[in-house]
Amino acid sequence: MVETVIFYVFAVLTVVSATSVVTVRNPVHAALFLVFTFFTSAAIWLLLEAEFLAIGLVLVYVGAVMVLFIFVVMMLDINIARLREGFVRYLPLGLLVAAVMLGMMLSVVTSDSFVLEAAGEPLPKPADFSNTKALGSVLYTEYVFAFEVAALILLVAIIAAISLTMRKRPQTKYQDPSAQIKVRKGDRLRIVKMPAGEE
Amino acid sequence: MVTLSHYLILAAVLFSISIAGIVINRKNIIILLMSIELMLLSVNLNFIAFSHYLDDLAGQVFVFFILTVAAAEAAIGLAILVVLFRNKRSINVEDIKELKW
Amino acid sequence: MVSMENVYLAIPLSSLAGAVIAGLFGKQIGRAGAHWVTIVGVSISFILSLVVLKDVAIDGAPIYNKAVYTWMNSDGILFQVGFLIDGLTALMIAVVSGVSLAVHVYTIGYMADDDGYQRFFSYISLFTFSMLMLVMSNNFLQLFFGWEAVGLVSYLLIGFWFKRPTAIYANLKAFLVNRVGDFGFLLGIAVILMYTGTLDYYEVFDRAGAMLDRTIQVIPGHEWSVITLACILLFIGAMGKSAQMPLHVWLPDSMEGPTPISALIHAATMVTAGIFMVARMSPLFELSQTALSVVIVIGATTAFFMGLVGIVQNDIKRVIAYSTLSQLGYMCVALGASAYSAAIFHLMTHAFFKALLFLAAGSVIIAMHHEQDMRKMGGLKKYMPITYWVSLIGSLALIGFPGFAGYFSKDAILIATKHAEVWGAGYAYLCVLFGVFVTAFYSFRLFFMVFHGKERMDEHTREHLHETPWVVTGPLIALAIPSVIIGWITIDPVLFGGLFDRAIVIFEGHGAMEAVAEDFHGSLSFVLHGFTGPAVYLAAAGVFAAWYIYMKRPELAGQLKAKLEWPYRILDNKYYFDRFNEIVFATTARGVGQVLWRIGDALMIDGLAVNGSARVVGWFSSVAKYVQTGYLNHYALAMISGLILLLGWVILG
Repeated sequence: MVETVIFYVFAVLTVVSATSVVTVRNPVHAALFLVFTFFTSAAIWLLLEAEFLAIGLVLVYVGAVMVLFIFVVMMLDINIARLREGFVRYLPLGLLVAAVMLGMMLSVVTSDSFVLEAAGEPLPKPADFSNTKALGSVLYTEYVFAFEVAALILLVAIIAAISLTMRKRPQTKYQDPSAQIKVRKGDRLRIVKMPAGEE
Repeated sequence: MVTLSHYLILAAVLFSISIAGIVINRKNIIILLMSIELMLLSVNLNFIAFSHYLDDLAGQVFVFFILTVAAAEAAIGLAILVVLFRNKRSINVEDIKELKW
Repeated sequence: MVSMENVYLAIPLSSLAGAVIAGLFGKQIGRAGAHWVTIVGVSISFILSLVVLKDVAIDGAPIYNKAVYTWMNSDGILFQVGFLIDGLTALMIAVVSGVSLAVHVYTIGYMADDDGYQRFFSYISLFTFSMLMLVMSNNFLQLFFGWEAVGLVSYLLIGFWFKRPTAIYANLKAFLVNRVGDFGFLLGIAVILMYTGTLDYYEVFDRAGAMLDRTIQVIPGHEWSVITLACILLFIGAMGKSAQMPLHVWLPDSMEGPTPISALIHAATMVTAGIFMVARMSPLFELSQTALSVVIVIGATTAFFMGLVGIVQNDIKRVIAYSTLSQLGYMCVALGASAYSAAIFHLMTHAFFKALLFLAAGSVIIAMHHEQDMRKMGGLKKYMPITYWVSLIGSLALIGFPGFAGYFSKDAILIATKHAEVWGAGYAYLCVLFGVFVTAFYSFRLFFMVFHGKERMDEHTREHLHETPWVVTGPLIALAIPSVIIGWITIDPVLFGGLFDRAIVIFEGHGAMEAVAEDFHGSLSFVLHGFTGPAVYLAAAGVFAAWYIYMKRPELAGQLKAKLEWPYRILDNKYYFDRFNEIVFATTARGVGQVLWRIGDALMIDGLAVNGSARVVGWFSSVAKYVQTGYLNHYALAMISGLILLLGWVILG
């Protein structure tokens, strides 16, 4: 009972705030609404007993990614008025597409294939069950390869982001090792023959 | 009694909202990127719901990785956006048409 | 003792070796090297041919019929290189290599100033090889190979002076007309292959009897006898190669080539390939009366009417060319009368005296600094005595003067034709008989115009007139000797001595040769017998007429020409054969070519298929490019639409 109420409250909040993300004028507001959506989603995930991931969502996604979004939104000097043109024009198409998609997905979800309803509620976990520990024990054994690859992906993302946006400022001093190695004696030293000084 | 279907329907709704967001938002790339994040969120919800009801941790592991990749993708997408803005002084989707025939 | 097999192999191959060395290494070995290597090659062929002839004719060796090399075996049909050595082959190879050797020596003098000296020797040796392969063959494939090869070398040699446009027209004409004949020939071989399943001569002959009752519907609704069809098609090939009407048009034009090859190819050897082939195929031709009639009628027509054209020619070589056409007609008449041995006998004697006449004409041409018009000659007797006497011998042999070589062979043909019973033999007899008059007339017209009478050449040429060097006159004398005596000596063994017994088949009822045999009681009596028939007198009348018109009263020639304007015009235009071919075939072919080029090639293939497909691609991409709008949201929408479609397909499908 309590569970159902909680579910419906958070579900409604999620849907409303998601809708707001795509409809509000101000991108900053949209970003904030998105943050709220993530929070409510995290709550739903807690309901599903995925504690680690719920917290992970909040920490990683909200804490890092959304902050990044807000940085970028605030950094870019955006002309808001122009951005609102065409909203009404494309609304019907958007609603149509969304409705079609929703219809199709609902037709799958509510069909008789999903006999999990018959399976009923899964057994609740014992009180001292640690989702984190369970996740960890699986992650570092069965899925360790994927784990390493994920790390690599993050590395690639770092490199990509930096190489895309970095501006070279001339006044920063830096070292160029390849140039250092290629240097020859003639570039550094010049011997000038001079007569010996006067006695 | 909350069943699996409830969660799946919620995920479907979120997904279609984000699709609507992509189609509606012709002018703002940032909203586009945010809609994509919403899409990923809905998929994550799906996975976790299944993981819970099928009692299989694989779903949560997968969400773990989706989170990782989504973060990476958001970072790079925003980096591109920044560079684009530097060059075009606008984040209007209609201004990015260099690849037009 | 070298085995006979190696001898047989050496005969064509030594000529080929000479040809290859002179052809590929002409520059390195120089002019003298070229002529020495080819003469050595052909001499070896000749000497070995004589050895073979002695072996077969005198020692009575058994027939040699073996394959040397199997090229391929296609579904039971063997495609081989093989030799069949019997009396017929032995005679032919001796004639071919002998005349070829004479021509080789002659060429040293005739082509002395020519740039393409080595090339010429290479070609004539190559020709010798091809002709030898043709006559030594034991199957249709090798026959066809030799056939085509001699046609090719003829093309190369007629157009030897390739910078002359007339030479190129002539060699193309020869090749194309020959092609028409070859087409029929190939169809004939195909019919034979289809109905007997083999290309080997003896196997075909064995199975030919089974073909007798078979018929074929080439045009639906009309049944034709297979054996007749095959023989007629083979004869079409012979018509092309041996220049019978209407495929004769190439031979006079082939005089564009140097005189040595006119002697070698267009008198003695290549043109006789057709005659040889029909004689070789006698077992087949004997089975079809219709085919024999066709042969005799066409031969007779050619013999008489081509002789008539020879009367009005002014180029010395053209006269001899038309004479060759006429004599080939005689040989065909003999073939049609089932007197195959007489035809081959005439082939042999004709080879000698016709080659002699051509080479003598060449000698005259050299002396006259390559002037060929008889109206500018005259009275050459005192300047060129050797040429004069050998020309006289050749002409007497040609007209059938009793005792000379041509008399024996021609008379044999006349008697055979008179007794032949095949349909058309009566007509043929008249043609060949009056042809004797015509032959005598044009031969001595030439003789008198060139060697006697008023000297009509210009002063400059007259000063330089002298007899040609020994390399030219030597072969002339070498050919004159057989022109006199070979008939007398060889008529008995060749015609009646069973030389061709196993080569030539004659059926009951085709008793022409038997009739000749009845009348033959030795060479001397044959000569005397001739005086009892009309031929000798007709020949004499022809000589007298020529003498009268061209020596006694030369103005008569002009008057006759003016009075007989119509006949003269027809003869001068060679019965309009060339005009007909030009208008009907050449124009049509060119027209078809134009249509195919403009419409088929340029419009349809280039325009529609090649460029058209490129244009379609271009048009399509000009339409499809609008998909690339560059707008992010369009692409996003496209992706979403695709996703929806995919989902729909999976869910609903």
